[in-house]
Amino acid sequence: MKFLLKRLAFYGLAAFFAVTLNFLLPRLMPGDAAGAMFARFQGRLSPEALDALRRAIGIADGPLSLQYVHYLRDLLHGDFGISISQFPAPVLEVVWTGLGWTVLVAGSALIIGFVLGTALGIVAGWRRGGVLDSVLPPALAFIGAFPYFWLAMGLLFLFGFEWRWVPLRHAYSDGATPEWSFTFIADVARHAALPIFTVVVATLGGWMMGMRSAMVAVLGTEYLALGRAKGLSTVRLAWRYAGRNALLPNVTSLGMSLGFVLGGSLLTEVVFSYPGLGFLMVQAVRSQDFPVMQGLFIMITFAVLIANAVVDVLTTFIDPRTRSREA
Amino acid sequence: MAAASSSARPGGFSLLGLLKTNGRAQVGLGILGLFLGVALVGPLFVEDAGAYVAIPYLEPSWAHLFGTTGQGQDVLAQTIVGTRASLFNGLIVGLLVVMVGAAVGVTAGYFGGLVDDALSLAVNVLLVVPSLPLAIVIAAYLPPGPFTVGLVLVGTGWAWNARVLRVQTLSLRERDYVLAARVSGEPHWRIIFVEMLPNMGPILLTQLVGATTYAIGAQVGLEFLGLGDVGSVTWGSNLYWASNDQALLTGAWWTFVPTGTCIALVGFALSLLNTSVDEATNPALRVERSWRVYLKRLGVQPGMVTPVVPR
Repeated sequence: MKFLLKRLAFYGLAAFFAVTLNFLLPRLMPGDAAGAMFARFQGRLSPEALDALRRAIGIADGPLSLQYVHYLRDLLHGDFGISISQFPAPVLEVVWTGLGWTVLVAGSALIIGFVLGTALGIVAGWRRGGVLDSVLPPALAFIGAFPYFWLAMGLLFLFGFEWRWVPLRHAYSDGATPEWSFTFIADVARHAALPIFTVVVATLGGWMMGMRSAMVAVLGTEYLALGRAKGLSTVRLAWRYAGRNALLPNVTSLGMSLGFVLGGSLLTEVVFSYPGLGFLMVQAVRSQDFPVMQGLFIMITFAVLIANAVVDVLTTFIDPRTRSREA
Repeated sequence: MAAASSSARPGGFSLLGLLKTNGRAQVGLGILGLFLGVALVGPLFVEDAGAYVAIPYLEPSWAHLFGTTGQGQDVLAQTIVGTRASLFNGLIVGLLVVMVGAAVGVTAGYFGGLVDDALSLAVNVLLVVPSLPLAIVIAAYLPPGPFTVGLVLVGTGWAWNARVLRVQTLSLRERDYVLAARVSGEPHWRIIFVEMLPNMGPILLTQLVGATTYAIGAQVGLEFLGLGDVGSVTWGSNLYWASNDQALLTGAWWTFVPTGTCIALVGFALSLLNTSVDEATNPALRVERSWRVYLKRLGVQPGMVTPVVPR
């Protein structure tokens, strides 16, 4: 328990850091960039939108400390400010529309990639020098060297444009109404398939190699020799004995690479015009919608921190050593 | 974390030796050398990569080997000129990332105590905050261009290096020669720079290779989003324009395939180099490798049991 509490305190601190950085960033801009940007928008926006912008980039009245207190209070109330490009929609509302799509794509890709890569790693580690072990790693390493979004472009070109197997863009067909019906869910799945596939392909190699080297480290241990001597089946030995014990490093790196996978899937969304957080982020950057940009950053950071906490809890379940260490 | 093995013998490592014996290093360095050559002399043969040379979206032909972009520019010329900008920016950013990481990591590991606690906390926080969104938000506030991209990438990318080097420093700190230097009254900076850092050579090298890979990829990503200078010709801006000009929907695969292949080849070469440096400096990996080669020559299938072989 103490271990978990310590981790939670750490995530709290990280969240605080992100929130504070988010506050300071616009206010630390070099020179009078804030004023210049403000002047650029003058005349293009309604007075209310200008006011929202003024609040977001911190040329509000009052000393910094007071602004900070107000900023924290607003955040606690779920008030992330007002979008400039979609005025007067609250930032939270705009961000909310993207969150579900990103969780769908990045989450599925993470789980599929992790499970598949780990399974392949177990097989490759068990049969070192086998076909799987000698063909897949270099191929996946080469694929992994491509930027995610470039793979996305290539796959979209082949599957979407050339062969027309999957739709070219968006999360569901134009004209379809979101509802819990089979046709709509099938439509969503068809649209999400290629983005998910892209991220899975790009990350598979990492999971596989991580699991493979952990397996290699476990293979020489005595409990495996004992299990073999007892006459346990190979399948049981490989999966339950070696695999389970080798799993821990991969689960730990699951937390570490979350942000990385998410970053890649954000770029992938841009290629597919998939309306998740990444696509929103790029639109916000292009329309200089700073409140939305910052709201997205906070939202993504929180999502990653929460996912990390979940991984920590998982780790304590998988590995009793983490539980007993603090005792 | 095998790379951080403290028993790595720095004296037993040389780049030349690596090149002579390791096939992966040869391939990796070969590809890298090719691209460095293109980056150095290639742009001399290209007149103006941004110029309008033919009608847009021409397929690859003898006149334009890689075809033309949506704005009638020569794709081959753009790829070559982009190589110079992206490769050199990547190298510089990679170098800076390692330097910042080393400064923080070694300081934390060497001084320990409160300094270590504070720096480690900062490193861990930075590691857990997703770096790409952070980089995007910071870059959006700064004037777009290579300097902004570089600054943001160094600022968000050094934490991992700091963490690895801190662990390395912790293990070196208690070595006899470091203790001796401390007892004989050498100043801290001398112990760090003259006694310890040279002994981290191979690790710094793998870190430089890894950081350069990161820098090139992340740089291309940010530029693809339009946060770089979209007016200049780099690998990232090539892809930005390919996507902006709807290359995908017109079937113009030649506008993004060459650039992407270059990025992947460089990344692949760097990762080959990294594994081979790892292999050369980590005795455990080296032994495993030579053992495998030996067994293969004898025609023995490695398995669960250590095979008995004739001497």
